[in-house]
Amino acid sequence: MKQTISLQVNGDTYQLAVNPWRTLNEVLREDLKLTGTKLGCGTGDCGACTVLVDGKSVSSCLTLAIEVQGKEITTIEGMAPNAEELHPIQESFIQKGAIQCGFCTPGMIMSTAYLLNNNHNPTEQEIRAGLSGNLCRCTGYNKIVDAIQDAAEKLREDK
Amino acid sequence: MSLPKFTYLAPASLEEACGLLDQYQGKIRTKAGGTDLMVRLAQRALKPEYVMGIRNIPELEGISFDPDKGLRIGAMALLSEVADNPVVLERYPMLSRAAKATATVQIRNMGTVMGNICNASPSADNSPTLVAMNASIVAVSSAGERQIPIDEFFLGPGRNALEATEIAKEILVPVPLSRSGVSYQKISPRSKVDIAAVNVGAMVVVDEQGTCQQARICLGAVGPIPLRATSAEEFLLGKVITDEVAEKAGALAGSDASPISDVRASKEYRRLMVIILTKRALLEARHGTGI
Repeated sequence: MKQTISLQVNGDTYQLAVNPWRTLNEVLREDLKLTGTKLGCGTGDCGACTVLVDGKSVSSCLTLAIEVQGKEITTIEGMAPNAEELHPIQESFIQKGAIQCGFCTPGMIMSTAYLLNNNHNPTEQEIRAGLSGNLCRCTGYNKIVDAIQDAAEKLREDK
Repeated sequence: MSLPKFTYLAPASLEEACGLLDQYQGKIRTKAGGTDLMVRLAQRALKPEYVMGIRNIPELEGISFDPDKGLRIGAMALLSEVADNPVVLERYPMLSRAAKATATVQIRNMGTVMGNICNASPSADNSPTLVAMNASIVAVSSAGERQIPIDEFFLGPGRNALEATEIAKEILVPVPLSRSGVSYQKISPRSKVDIAAVNVGAMVVVDEQGTCQQARICLGAVGPIPLRATSAEEFLLGKVITDEVAEKAGALAGSDASPISDVRASKEYRRLMVIILTKRALLEARHGTGI
């Protein structure tokens, strides 16, 4: 039943034999050991499993691995430019105290990356709408919004 | 939340897809974005032997507008693509509003408008406006193609008019008539993400004096299918849609609804919200007529 597929994750190409019913979330976490992507609800409601597929944020728990062959997949592990540096969004999350238990953070950061790629200067309301598919049970969201505003500013300056 | 075992099929043409539906009738599920199907698979509510992914079929892609035929939304057009499409925003802004009100950013990047319709939930965000705008669904099987008026498409919660051997190919929405206006209104306990507790789509067409010539009102989440508010529609004909007329039409829509109480809202609250949202929808639609 297993099919050999080729997945491009964070710039690396992996050849894998997977069953067709396995989700991208399972393959990332169990086969590729990229456990930064979390599994929360498993029903597409909480956003903890968010990754980018061809630049679009999607729930990896609702994605079949075999359906994303040939697409460019980015996970939280692919955000930092190198081992010494973090991505500006990651830095802002740390600096603004937007992380408490941390379980939602990878998904939050991937959703932020999608938001800021499409809107360089979002209003607070646009940030809250853009992140409404990501649940956080610790922060109360205010510091996450602060972090995203900070990251947006940094990314605008970098351009 | 692992999924049950299935064989995955990925036809590259509509013809091939129809052949597979014929061959595996009763044992196969069609998968577009998968945001509803994957959850039902994970919950073991469905255990098909075959899952047919339709994302490699070119005939199902795209959103296009023809000045005579109107809007065509391909079955694989994502909710986010419909929400942000320039033609949709210009000529069918309420279809964009409804697509954008659906679920989360991530789901809108995966799920399709067609999937939302085919799932046939009474509370689906995209149904009321498509009903109000008199859309139709094109279904294809190896026997040929047929066009199903959206008024005949919903049969009950989770049940639509597609045959087991048919695949929904595209949604067609007529060209908006002159002096017509449309609105989509939604209320839910959470302002974002949540399924509608009540939603309403309305389209009105008026003459040069502002007298209502045609009205189509569709109420969501207050019946087994998206419901037409027929007594409110009849009441509006021949009247100028003033605040007072809209309010009366709202009250009639309230009596057209048959809501139930559930986790999202009580039936009493739902009926009240039908009254208010219908009034709001009619006033916004009237404003949209430009008269």
